[in-house]
Amino acid sequence: MSAVLVSTTVNGDTVEFACPQDETLLDALRNRVGLTGVKEGCGTGDCGACSITLNGRLVCSCLVLGVEASGNSIETVEGMADGNKLHPLQEKFIEHAALQCGICTPGFLVAAKALLERKPNPTVEEIRYALAGNLCRCTGYDKIVRAVQAAAKEMRKKK
Amino acid sequence: MAHDYSYTKQKFKVIGTRPERPDGIDKVTGRAKYGADATAPGQLVGLILRSPHAHAIIKKIDTSKAEKLPGVKAVLTCADLPDLTGGNRDLQNILENCMARGRALYDGHAVAAVAAVDAQTAKKALKLIKVQYKALPHVTDVDEAILPGAPIIHDWVFTRGIDPAPTEPSNISQRTQFGHGDVEAGFAKADVIIEKTWKTEQTHQGYIEPHACLASVGPDGSGELWVTTQGHFTFRNVCSSLLGMDVAKLKVTASEIGGGFGGKTHVWMEPVALALSRKANRPVKVVMSREEVFRASGPTSSTSVDVKIGAKKNGVITAASAELRYQGGAFPGIWAMLGAMTSFACYDLKNVKTVGYDILCNRPKVTAYRAPSAPMAAFGVESTMDMLAAEIGMNPLEFRLKNAAKQGTRASYGPVYGPIGIKPTLNAVKNHPHMRARLGKNQGRGMACGFWFNFGGQTCVDLNVGIDGTVSLTVGTIDVGGSRAAISLIAAEELGIPYEQVKTNVADTASLGYNDMTEGSRGTFSTGMATIFAARNAIEVLRERAAKMWDIPVDAVVWENGEARATGKKHGNLPRLTIKQIAAKAGNTGGPIAGHNEVVADNAGVSFASHICDVEVDPETGATRVIRYTVVQDAGKAIHPDYVEGQFQGGAAQGIGWALNEEYIYGDDGRLQNPGFLDYRIPVCSDLPFIDTEILEIPNPNHPYGVRGVGETSIVPPLAAIGNAISNAVGVRMDHVPMSPPRILKALDDATSS
Repeated sequence: MSAVLVSTTVNGDTVEFACPQDETLLDALRNRVGLTGVKEGCGTGDCGACSITLNGRLVCSCLVLGVEASGNSIETVEGMADGNKLHPLQEKFIEHAALQCGICTPGFLVAAKALLERKPNPTVEEIRYALAGNLCRCTGYDKIVRAVQAAAKEMRKKK
Repeated sequence: MAHDYSYTKQKFKVIGTRPERPDGIDKVTGRAKYGADATAPGQLVGLILRSPHAHAIIKKIDTSKAEKLPGVKAVLTCADLPDLTGGNRDLQNILENCMARGRALYDGHAVAAVAAVDAQTAKKALKLIKVQYKALPHVTDVDEAILPGAPIIHDWVFTRGIDPAPTEPSNISQRTQFGHGDVEAGFAKADVIIEKTWKTEQTHQGYIEPHACLASVGPDGSGELWVTTQGHFTFRNVCSSLLGMDVAKLKVTASEIGGGFGGKTHVWMEPVALALSRKANRPVKVVMSREEVFRASGPTSSTSVDVKIGAKKNGVITAASAELRYQGGAFPGIWAMLGAMTSFACYDLKNVKTVGYDILCNRPKVTAYRAPSAPMAAFGVESTMDMLAAEIGMNPLEFRLKNAAKQGTRASYGPVYGPIGIKPTLNAVKNHPHMRARLGKNQGRGMACGFWFNFGGQTCVDLNVGIDGTVSLTVGTIDVGGSRAAISLIAAEELGIPYEQVKTNVADTASLGYNDMTEGSRGTFSTGMATIFAARNAIEVLRERAAKMWDIPVDAVVWENGEARATGKKHGNLPRLTIKQIAAKAGNTGGPIAGHNEVVADNAGVSFASHICDVEVDPETGATRVIRYTVVQDAGKAIHPDYVEGQFQGGAAQGIGWALNEEYIYGDDGRLQNPGFLDYRIPVCSDLPFIDTEILEIPNPNHPYGVRGVGETSIVPPLAAIGNAISNAVGVRMDHVPMSPPRILKALDDATSS
């Protein structure tokens, strides 16, 4: 199966790569674009570790083909900070000890950012359901939910 | 220099504070490198072919077509992994588990492997390997495996621990017994006896990061392994033994670890990756799929446990016994032994006896899972405790308090306890507002206790003072969940310098002496202890250097608040020397300033926890929801309380998943039917409430700061706490974990029809 030349935008930069037609966007981002912050936990869309946004929509990149990225815009955890200024979610995850091993953290950050862009003042229940597609095995989610609440508050203050 | 590890009532400056972890930014930006994130020039992709049979003779493996496929650089079978173990049975078992040797022992057992230029080619090559199997009868259930006529997994396994030694092979690999007193006499004195059998299904640690490694071995017998592991030094020793390499010539680097919980204490495909690399003479990366992780790494045991407890009407337990059958997968383990040791560890018992049977099945080789084996025993014991309390009309909390172990109690597994936290955790539960919160319809509250030993082990630390007075700490335990922060705090405390001036690094195996696995809740306990001693050694050097700079006797120099101070009438007025000033002059006063320590950190303090749980059961669907949860646990001393709370919460969440949802489901064909996160459902964010924590600090007398391990005990009580809560909510006693909707519905139906 021959590769397809994919031209796409990743974290604001134009990126081109040759992608076999059956390769997932997850593998393409990790192995061809070098963005290993996008993690594989399951490869079946059950764990959310590979969460990215595709044209602003939260998706599991393991369920998207690399060739589908063509002409679209992708955001990953690597694009969250503004230069050397961390995103409030990134700051609050560290401050609230919302990560232990950290493997699920990129996916949680991307999913939480998508939530807060949609809903700047979510309830605890809304946070919990919005993040239900992201598995964390270390924290029991307690400190993650608190970090998202704190980041939401911080972001509302800035507006 | 020998150091005193005894607890001293040292006043702390930074211990107990909550600074940000040093690896935080790497982990929130995607920069941190985990097992699958490394690459090497010329790297190949390695894949493993696995048995579709639960038990089968491998008659023939034809790799010729795969070898001829363009892009394939190595194909491997057990023939490429000759037995170099010198008859060491434990190593032979590891070798055979890495790659089947003539017989596939479980669904998912590795039978061959390939390394190719890319994943697409490697996948094609796997399909071209032709394996001829002859299926054999199999057994996957722990109780069925010991029935007469059950297929024997290994003809070389004769039950150990039985006198006289048996002459027939058996699926019981080991019998172990613990206890003291006379249980029969004790039961004779009891007014009430409860005796019941409890079952738990097999669960997986469920770390989100699959096993992954990058292996590189040259024809000179030197190699490197980058791997996600809880013990790179042990991985080095095991891999070099299996492959016939010199230990010093294999450098193993631990990547950041995406969760382990015991499951990354064991090699699975790493020796195969090294062998592929050696054969291809190219670096080879092997990353397990989630399905492979479920089928072919090391979940915990399924169990079947008989518990019998007798008590007087006044609530005093007169005798307790348990028979514990633990399924260990296809190779002998020590899991029933650990269950037998922990079963009754919370209680002060005159007459107690536990017998453990480690049982072989056609399932993957069991390995450690957080307080391994304790949760299943605690499910049986703590559920029985509630039934017995109800029978004698006593509050279950008071019943536990009445029988709780204390300092001086002879533990059911042998030793006599020092200061311990079981009564304090129970009293904290008693006084907790959670216990007085109102419950609604179909809601119930339960509580349960848990115990774990904790472990210390071999530990080695280097501490180097840089020219600017900042401190680089080199450790050999890995950072599973914030331990770099905790260990940096300890170095800062000892040296009297700010936390920010310490950087803790996890060293590879070529850069530091041997360290045991990061297991048994030992990371902060033992590396913390070695760090204290290494810092004290460095302080000795700093004092000597200050004395030299001042040209006064070293005895006149003390170390205070990160500075050298001269003492006595003669020198007392000398201006203090900071660590930075001393470090800047190191080149002129004797060279680099460092402290080193190696220690076997014995006497890890035992740990106890008591949990409170409220559930709501939907009688229509049988679904149970945890609506409130509180963990009370003794930490000895919480170095970084955020990460101690995190351990309490994470263990409770895993226990909740185990109690309500998680289980390995095997079909009649002996194949695992749910090897994925969709069908093996771990708790998601919307399943859980906030998990409240209360940290108690009863100092461990055998650590300078009083630290106990904190990582594991929190998974022990939830199974029974939830079972007890369900019983109080809807009046059915669940004796089979997970307490999933179908099982609860059946129990409710049975209760109605009877």
